[in-house]
Formats: sequence, structure tokens, C-alpha cells
Amino acid sequence: MDILAQSVTSGVLLGLILALSAAGLTLIWGVMDIVNFAHGDFLMLGMYGTFFAWSILGLDPLVALPGVVIALAAVGVVVYATIIRPVLRGSVLAQIFATFGLGILLRGLAQFFFSPAFRQVGETASSGIVAAGPVSVGREQVVAAAGALIVSLLLFAILDRTTLGTALRATAEDRTAAELMGIDSARMFALAWALGAGCVGAAGALLAIYFPIFPDVGATFGLLAFVTVALGGFGSVTGAVFAGILIGVVVNLAGVLVDPSYKFAIAYALYLVVLSIRPQGLLGRA
Amino acid sequence: MRKRLALAGVALVLIGYPFVFGSATAINIGVLVMLFAMLGTAWNLLGGYAGQISFGHGVFFGLGAYTSTLLLRQFGLSPWAGMLAGAALAAAVAIVVGWPTFRLAGHYFAIATIVVGEITHTIVRNADALGGARGLSLPILPGSFLNYEFHEGRLPYYFVALGLYTVALLVTLEVERRRIGFYLRAIREDQTAAQSVGVSVLQYKLAAAALSAALAALGGTFYAQYVLFIDADSVFPLSLSILIALVPILGGAGHAIGPLLGAAVLIPLSELTRITFGGTGQGLDLVIYGGLIVIIAVLQPGGLVTLPRRLHSPVAPGRKGSA
Repeated sequence: MDILAQSVTSGVLLGLILALSAAGLTLIWGVMDIVNFAHGDFLMLGMYGTFFAWSILGLDPLVALPGVVIALAAVGVVVYATIIRPVLRGSVLAQIFATFGLGILLRGLAQFFFSPAFRQVGETASSGIVAAGPVSVGREQVVAAAGALIVSLLLFAILDRTTLGTALRATAEDRTAAELMGIDSARMFALAWALGAGCVGAAGALLAIYFPIFPDVGATFGLLAFVTVALGGFGSVTGAVFAGILIGVVVNLAGVLVDPSYKFAIAYALYLVVLSIRPQGLLGRA
Repeated sequence: MRKRLALAGVALVLIGYPFVFGSATAINIGVLVMLFAMLGTAWNLLGGYAGQISFGHGVFFGLGAYTSTLLLRQFGLSPWAGMLAGAALAAAVAIVVGWPTFRLAGHYFAIATIVVGEITHTIVRNADALGGARGLSLPILPGSFLNYEFHEGRLPYYFVALGLYTVALLVTLEVERRRIGFYLRAIREDQTAAQSVGVSVLQYKLAAAALSAALAALGGTFYAQYVLFIDADSVFPLSLSILIALVPILGGAGHAIGPLLGAAVLIPLSELTRITFGGTGQGLDLVIYGGLIVIIAVLQPGGLVTLPRRLHSPVAPGRKGSA
């Protein structure tokens, strides 16, 4: 039983970070119908930013986090303005092609400038062990998950309580009607990219506290983010959070109960099973 | 008439290529261009004509490679027969997997195809009966057309690949001409409308998937015979599935000749940047490759096929209506 409690706990902790990165992805999709296939590579950028803030400036990842979020939000806006806007007039295929290319480009740049070597943030203020009853987990995992939860709640507050958030949701709901109400959809698209990239930047900064950093690190996490988003229902931020936690738990349990080499495959299989019952995902609009 | 003339011109270029560019590197690139033109043409039937975007075609490619290789290793079955067996198996798998997944719309379907590919990749990599992570090497037989192996130069492989591409192209042209071609395009443009005028959507999607999978599997067997070694990471990875989709998307999805254009640009680009800059291991090849993909997508969102049309029309097509 102990091992189950243990793996469910770590699963939830990982799931909260997955949820945050998936929330960023689903936000962009919900607002403008585009899937950013470079999303995992944005996460990688966030992780590197955090690492260099730690190794060069001596900043704790938690201190570096706001700066990383702002930097990634800027990356999001630049990507929107230079790449996404021009391909909006093309087909869905052109959009896929562009963001895939961007992902390869970012990975190549990371390899070129940072080398393929694995890097790891050393001792931080979050290091240590937390024990509660039979369960003991790394304190850095708890801190990262708590941080992810706080940022996710902030995102909810922005979407739910601010005028800007309301305008963003209106654009997602019905672009034409929102435009007639005087909402500039181009500005909303830029905002969605800023928020979406900012979220995944925060997820990267938090993950960097304990996870090794390398140019391809975004590949697995990016794929998990897609599955999380689709499982939760495209465009649903709440769905992404639930699905993130669910996937985190399934990945960890499968690693313990079945075989570590099958842990991702089993999470993917869960996606197929759920979607064959609910084709619009857990909380998606049908 | 113009179309026939253009096709004859393309055929002439493809047949003449290895005689003009005879170096081992140039012929290797030629083989890969033909292989990916063929795989892209296979993808195009489902992704381009029927509008069902798959990032899982590596599954069918891998099935082809593993089926013919296992039949050859276990029973000494000719790879030509193995190739047909692989194609039949891939078509069957496409139907079994397509049945539940074709209910999914748009991105849900695309993600499902990625997921199916990753699950297959994981299973094969961990299955000892299939060679596991060590992979399978093919027996070296005397080089002959009958054995599907050639050891003196790669030229014969080029013509086998050209032949396979021709098969895929002819299948596509036939589909374009027949009723199924019109139905598939109707499904792509508006599935509900197609259904309401009596097109049995699922049936035609499954037909396109089976045809597409069978053709992709032919490419898998070809790859196994060309490299004479296969493992899960070389024939089932996500990156391969993505490349199979990028080739026709770049060239122009839903156009018969699109995948050839895409392969002729993307494959040499990828190979030459890898050869020139890849040795340093610094990722410069990826920077150039990824950067050019982005630039092409931004400048030519309709695919290379639309290039002449854009040059001829005074107004760029994208400006006529907002997307």
C-alpha cells in the first residue's frame, strides 16, 4: 500500500506541473484554433532560462520564475507576430508545418548555444525531503507542484475576473461577435500567446528545480501536454488541469504496477479509451 | 494535354537524375527522395484528399519493414511476397484502428494518431520476439532483383524506389478520377454535408486509410531491404511519422504531384544540412532545417504547388478572404 500512496502522491505533484503547461497550450487553441507543436520546446526554453539564472546570476529558481515568465511571454508574442500571423491565412496544415519547424529550430538553437549536455540545478532553497505518514517525497517536488498550482489559480483569476480575461474568453467563444463588441481579435491573439507561453515558461522554471535539462527535454513533455489537453477537451483550461493530474497519477502508477518502460504508453492508451467514449474529451465542448 | 506533357517531363527528370548525378551521396539522396515522395503520396490519400491528418504513418511503415523482415528471417520468404503481406497487414490494422478513431474530429484525431504511433513504438521496442531494442538484421543474399538486395552500388535501389513511387502516384491519379476521389474531397470540405447527401463517410475514410497504409507499408519493406537492418527507433519513431506528413504538406496536400515536390525540397535540404553541419554535433543542421521550414510555411502557406498560381495571379490568393 505504501508504494501506491507514494506513487499517487508523486503522480499528483507531477500532474500539477503538466496541468500548468497544458493550460497554456489549450488557452491558445481555445482562442484561435491553433495547436502550437513547439509548446514542449517553449518549456525547454523556460528550463534553460531558469538554469542560467541559477548558474550565472546565482538566483534561486523561485526568484527567477517571474523573469522567466515575462521572457517566455515575450517569446510568445514575437512568435505570434512573426510566424503565426502570416500563416493564419493558410490552411491548418501550414500552421502545423510552421510550429513543427519552429520546434526543430528551437531545439537546434539550444543544442548550438547550450550543447547537448545534461544540466541540473544544484542545491536550492527548495531542496530537502518532506515526509507525511508512509509517504516521503522530495521537498523540491512539493514546492514545484505548489508553485504550479498557484500560477494555475492566477491564470484562472486573470481569465475569470479581469476585463482582459473576459475579452479573451469572448473571442474564444465567438470571434465575430466579440469583434462587433469592439474587441480587437489580433490583440487578443497576441495576449493568448503571451499567457500561453508564460504559463509553460512557469512550468519550465518549476520543473527545472529538480528535473535534468537538455535540448530534447521538451519532446516528451510536449507530447504529454498534447495528450493532456486533448484528454481534458481542447480549449478547456479546467479540463486540462484535471487531465494533467490524472495523467501524472497514471504515469506514476503504471511505472510501479506494470513496467517503467510502458508508463507513457499506458497514459496514451488511457487517452484512446476515454476518447472512444467521449470524443470531445473530459470537459470539452462537443 | 498539358498535364500529360508535364508528367512526361517529370518522368524524364526522375529517370535521368542518377545518370547526371552519379555520386554515391547523390544517389542516396535520390533514393530517399523517391522513398519519401512515395510515403508522402501514401499519406496524401488520407491526409490530403480525405483531410484526416495522421501523425502515425510510421506505424504502417514499421509494419511493412517488420513483416517482410520477419517472414524472410523465419521462413525465407521472398521480400517481394513479404512486402505484399506487410501491405495487407497494414491495411487491416488501419481499418481496425480507424474504426474507433475516425469518430474523432480534427485535432483529437491527429493526437490519437500520435498516441497510436507512440504505443506501437513502445511495444515493439520492448518485444524480445521482435528483436527488442537490439533490432533485426536482414540476411545478406546474393544481389539480385529477385532477392530484393543489391550490393554493387545503390542505382538499382533508386529504380525500385522510383517504381514504388510510380505505383503510389498511379493509385492516386486513379482515386482522383473515380467516384471515391470526389467523395473523399467532399468529406474533407464538409463532413456533415457529405453525410447528408448520402456519402457513407466512415466507409470511405476506412477505404482511404487502408489504401494509404498499404502503400506506406511498401515503403517500409523497401527501407528494410535498402538498409538491411531495422529496429524500433529507426522505423517507428514519431519524427518519421512527422516527416511523412511534412513532405506532402510542404509540397501541397491534396495535389497528386505535391508529395514529390515536397520530398524534392525537404529531403535534400535535410540530408545536405546534416552532411555539411551535422558532424559538429552542435545542432546547426537543425537550426537551418527548422528555420527553412518556418520560412517556407510563412511565405508559402498553401504548399509549393500553389507557387506558379501565385506568380501568375496579380493578387496573392491569401488576400482574397481571411482564413
